[in-house]
Amino acid sequence: MKVLLSWLREFAPIEGTPEGIAEDLSDLGLAVEDMITFAAAPDGIIVARVAGLRPHPDADRIQLVDVDAGDGETRQVCCGAFNMAVGDLVPLAAVGTTMPGGLEIRSRRMRGQASEGMLCSPAELDMGGDADGIMILPAGLEVGQDLTSALGVAGDVLFDLEVNPNRPDALSVVGVARDLAARRGAPLWIPEPSVETSGPPASASAAVEILAADLCGRFSVRLLRGAAGARTPPWLARRLLALGMRPIGFIVDLSNYVMLETGQPSHAFDADLVAGGVLRVRRAAGGEQVETLDGVVRTLSAGDGVIADASDTVIGIAGVMGGASTEISAGTTTVLLEAAWWNPPDIARTSRRLGLRSEASARFEAGVDPEIAPWALERFAELAAAGGVTLAPGLVQAHGDLPSRGPVRVRSGRVNAILGTSLAPGEMRSHLTAIGFGVAPGAADRSDPGEVWDVTVPSWRPDTATEIDVIEEVGRLWSYSRIARTVPRSPHPGGLTERQQARRRVQDILVGFGLMEAMPLPLVAPGDLERCGLGAGGITVTNPLVAEESVMRSSLRPGMLKAVSYNAARRQQCVALFEIGHVHAPGDGELPEEGDQLAVALAGREAPAAAALWERLRRAMPFVPTEVRNEAAAGLHPTRSAVLVAGGEPVGVVGEIDPAVAESFGISERVAWLECDLMRLLESHVDRPAYRRPSRFPSSDIDLAFVIDDATPAAAVEAALRRSAGDALVTLRLFDVYRDPDRLGGGHRSVAWRLRLQATDRTLTDAEVGEIRSACIAAAAASGATLRG
Amino acid sequence: MTTDAPSVSAVASEARALAAEAASAIAAAPDVAALTAARPDLVGKGSALARLRRRLGKLAPEDRPVAGRALSEALAATEARYEQRLEELRVLERRRQLEAERLDLTELAEPPPPGRLHVITQTQRRLEDVFCAMGYTVAEGPEIETEWHNFGALNFPPGHPARDMYDTLYVDYGPPASTLLRTHTSPVQVRVMQAQSPPLFVVAPGRCYRQDTADATHMPVFHQIEGLVIDTGITLGDLAGAIETFTTAYFGPGFTSRLRPSYFPFTEPSAEFDVRRPDGTWLELGGCGMVHPSVLEVCDIDPERWSGFAFGFGIDRLAMIRYGIDDLRDLWTNDVRFLEQF
Repeated sequence: MKVLLSWLREFAPIEGTPEGIAEDLSDLGLAVEDMITFAAAPDGIIVARVAGLRPHPDADRIQLVDVDAGDGETRQVCCGAFNMAVGDLVPLAAVGTTMPGGLEIRSRRMRGQASEGMLCSPAELDMGGDADGIMILPAGLEVGQDLTSALGVAGDVLFDLEVNPNRPDALSVVGVARDLAARRGAPLWIPEPSVETSGPPASASAAVEILAADLCGRFSVRLLRGAAGARTPPWLARRLLALGMRPIGFIVDLSNYVMLETGQPSHAFDADLVAGGVLRVRRAAGGEQVETLDGVVRTLSAGDGVIADASDTVIGIAGVMGGASTEISAGTTTVLLEAAWWNPPDIARTSRRLGLRSEASARFEAGVDPEIAPWALERFAELAAAGGVTLAPGLVQAHGDLPSRGPVRVRSGRVNAILGTSLAPGEMRSHLTAIGFGVAPGAADRSDPGEVWDVTVPSWRPDTATEIDVIEEVGRLWSYSRIARTVPRSPHPGGLTERQQARRRVQDILVGFGLMEAMPLPLVAPGDLERCGLGAGGITVTNPLVAEESVMRSSLRPGMLKAVSYNAARRQQCVALFEIGHVHAPGDGELPEEGDQLAVALAGREAPAAAALWERLRRAMPFVPTEVRNEAAAGLHPTRSAVLVAGGEPVGVVGEIDPAVAESFGISERVAWLECDLMRLLESHVDRPAYRRPSRFPSSDIDLAFVIDDATPAAAVEAALRRSAGDALVTLRLFDVYRDPDRLGGGHRSVAWRLRLQATDRTLTDAEVGEIRSACIAAAAASGATLRG
Repeated sequence: MTTDAPSVSAVASEARALAAEAASAIAAAPDVAALTAARPDLVGKGSALARLRRRLGKLAPEDRPVAGRALSEALAATEARYEQRLEELRVLERRRQLEAERLDLTELAEPPPPGRLHVITQTQRRLEDVFCAMGYTVAEGPEIETEWHNFGALNFPPGHPARDMYDTLYVDYGPPASTLLRTHTSPVQVRVMQAQSPPLFVVAPGRCYRQDTADATHMPVFHQIEGLVIDTGITLGDLAGAIETFTTAYFGPGFTSRLRPSYFPFTEPSAEFDVRRPDGTWLELGGCGMVHPSVLEVCDIDPERWSGFAFGFGIDRLAMIRYGIDDLRDLWTNDVRFLEQF
C-alpha cells in the first residue's frame, strides 16, 4: 500500500520529519518498505506534447518523436521508448538540462537523426516509478510549463507500506491516517462530502437485486449524469501517477482515487448499456461466459459471484473485474456507480481460479469496511461534481448478509497480564477509542483485578473478534518497544536429548575421519531412486514447480551420488562425504515413515574402506549390536556388498556402489558406500559397559592362522574364536590375510588372528593358555577354518 | 737398599707410569665401544695398575702405606679419566646420531583435507547451544506433515487468506491435500504441546519447504528454528526479553533487538523481530508472538491458566550473513571447495 504524506495530511495534522513518521508507521505494524521523497525536477524539464511519431529510418529500437514544448516550434527527439501516443503530455529535458544523475542534455544526432532533448521516464526524474517507459503526464497540464510547478509533488513523500492480512483498514489513506493520528494524539478529520443532487431520482432508472445474500452483504448504487467530456483534474491525476497508477479517464480515475482514499472499490457501468438498468447479484451457473474489461472471455464456474442485467446476462464478475459490454467510454453520459461488500472467501476463490488479481479484488479478499460504501459514493460524487457531473438524488441499495458482531468482553487485568505492562484502565481505553473502538463497562468478573468492558469493534476492523485481538490493539498503540523486557526462567535444565547428542557425536566422529558433510536437496527427480538400483518408493509432490524436485527421497543415495558426480565433473576426485538427513517411505500411519539416515560416500575408494569406516564408527558409538552379513544389496556391487543386521532386521548396507549405477550418474571412480538407519542404530539405550580395571597380571598372545574357504566370512571364524576364548580374551585382532593358490588352493585364503589372553585375578598358566588355544582351533574348525600348519 | 725389595719410589713411579700409559690409551679410544672394550685392561681387576697392588706386600711394612696411597691415587685418577672419557664419547655419539637423523619438516606430502561439518549444521548447533544454555530443550518433528498440524491447529481455517502467504507443496499421501511438506517449523509447537505438559521451553530446528524456484535468495527447501515457551504468567515483555537475550548471546554485545507489530494466525499479539547491528542498520530476522489462545485450546492447554510465546526465524540466512555467502544455492551444491571453507 502506497500513501502520500500530503494525502494523509488531508485527514490528520501529521507533523514531523518523514523519517519520524516512517518510524511510527513501522512501530504501528505498517512496515515501511520504501520511502521516496519526491525531488523537484531539475530546471529545464518542461511539459511537452507529443505532436507526431515516426519510425527512425535507420534504427529499430529508436523512434522519432516530434514534440511541442509550447514555444511555437516543433522539436525532433530520438526516443527509445514506445509507450506514448500523439497528444500525450510527456516530460522533456530540453537541451542544456543537467539530469539528476549528472548527465547533461545536448543537441546531438542518433544514427543520423537530430535529437533536441530527451523524453524522461519517472526513474530518470527520481520520481520513484519504473524506467521502462516515458512518464505520461496528466492531461490538462500547461504545455511548456516547468514540470515541478506543473506537478506540484516536489517535497511530497511516498511511503510504501507492508500491510498484513489482518489490517484491511490500512489499505486506505484514511486507515493509515487513523493509526498515525492515534499514535500522535492528533485528531482525525473525516469530512462529510457535500453534494448537490439534481434531476430525476436514481431509482427511476436503476434497480438492484441481490439473489445471493451470502455472497453480497450490501450493494449500493448512485446514478451520475453528464459524465461525457469530463476531464481528470491534474492534481488528482498526479497523485495517481505518483502512486504508480496511470490515469485513464475521468470516471475510472475517480474510482481508483476513492478506493485508495477510503478502501472501498467501486465499479462504473455505462447506464445506457445496462439492460433495464438492473444490477442483479447472483451466483453463476457453471459454463456462463463474460468478456471482461481486459478483452478476455472468461468462463465461470458454478458459484462464482456475478452481476447480471435485467436479461440475466452476466455483465461483470463480482469484486474481480467488470464486463466489457457495459464499459464506460469517452462518450458515456450516464453512469451507474456501484460499491459493494462481498464475502471475502468468495472473491478469493474466484480471483484465484481465474488468475485475476486487482487492487479491488485484493481489498475485497482482505475485507472491506461494510459500512463505508455510502460515504465512498458520496465522496466520488463530490469529486465528480467538480468535473461538471451531476448526482441523481437517492441511493439505490440492497442488502444481503453482513457480518454481525457483538461487543467483545475485555478485562483490563488480562491486557496487562498478556502484554507484561501495568497500564491504567483509562490509558487502555484512550488507545482503543483513538482508533474507533467503543469501550463500555461490562459485567464484572471476579477473576480479573481490573475493569471489565464490552468493547465495540469498528466496522473497518473485521479481524477483531476476541479479547486477544483487542489486547493486541492496546499493545500496538502503546508500542511494543515501550514494553519492559523481562526474561522468563526455565524451570528445566536445557540441553539435548541423548539421541540428539549421539547424532552430533556421529557427525563429529565422521568429521574426525576426514569426511565433509554434504547437504543434497531432499527433493529428487522421478527415476533418480530407480537409477540408484532402488525401488521407486519415493513420495511424490502433488504440485511441484519443476519435475527435478518432485519426489521426496526414500534414500540419501541419489543426492550423494549427484554430489560425488558434481565434484568429479570439476576435477575434484576422491571426495569423502557424509550426510545425515530424513528419508521417507510410505507407512501404515497418518504420515509416512520418516527418520534420520546416515550415508557415507568415499569416492575413489573400494568396498573395504567403507567396511573399515563402519567398523570404526560402530566401535566409537553406542549403537545397538549389529552384524555385517556378506550379501548382494540393491544398487551396490553384488560381490562387494554387505548388509548390516541388528536384531535380525537389516539396518543398512555397506560396500561399493555398483559401477553401472555410478556410471549412470557420470561417475567413473569407485565409490565406497555406507548407508544406515541412524534411528534404528540409536533406537534403544545401550548401557555403557561396566568399568573393568586393567589387569595387573601378565598377558599372553597367541597367533592363529587358518585356511578359510572364500565362501566363509572371516566374521564367522572370528565369532567362533571370540566365543571359545571366553572371558580371558582381551583383544582379538585380524592381522594378516594372504592368498596363494599353489600352497592354499584356489578359492581359499589364509587369515591370521592374534588373541591376547589375560585374567584379572592371576597369571594364566601355560596349560590354561594351551587349553584356550585348542578350544579356539576346534571352534574355528567347526566354522570351516583349518589351522595352518 | 737391595734390589730384591722394591723401593717405595720404584712402585710409586711405576704406578705413575702405568697411569700415564692408561691415560693416553683412554684419550685415544675413538668411541664408546672401543673404550668399554678396553675397560678390563685399563681399570679392571686384571689391569696393570691392579696387578701392581700385589707387589705392595713385598715392601717394608712401614713403606706400604705410602706406596699404597700412591697406587690408589693412580687407580682413582685412571678410573676418573675413564668415566670422563666415556661420558664425552657418549655425548659425542648421541650428537652424531641426532645429526644423522636431521629431517626437513617443511617437506610434506599434501595431507588429506580435514573433515568439516556443513555450515548449516554449524549454525544450527550454535543456535541450539545458545538456547540450551537458556534452559530450552530441542524438539523435532516430521518434514512431511499433516495439513492439520501445519495449518488447521495453528488457527488457519481452510480457505483462510493467510494460507496464501505460504506457497505450500502437497504430497500424494492420504486423502488429497491432507498431507504436505511443512511450510514452517511451527507444527512442532503443536506436537510438543500435545505430547508434553507445561511449563515448556523448547526450540525446534528443522527443514521446511515451499513452492519456490531456486535463485540467489530462494530455495524450495530451507531451514528454520522455532521457539516455544509456555508457562504461567508469560507476557509479551518476556518474549521481547527472550529475543533480546538470544540476540546478545548469538550475535554478541552491541547487538540489540526490537519488536514490530505483525500478523500470524497462530500468535496474537504478533510481531516481527529485527536485530540492530552495532553500525545502526537493522536486520529483519523473524516472526514471533504470544501463542494464540485457540492454539492452546486445540492442544488442551487452558489459556486462562497458561500463556506463552513462540518465535521462528531462518537459519540459512544467519549462516549466509555470518560467512558472507551471497547466493543461497551455494549451500546446496556440495562442491568441496565450498564445504572445506567452514
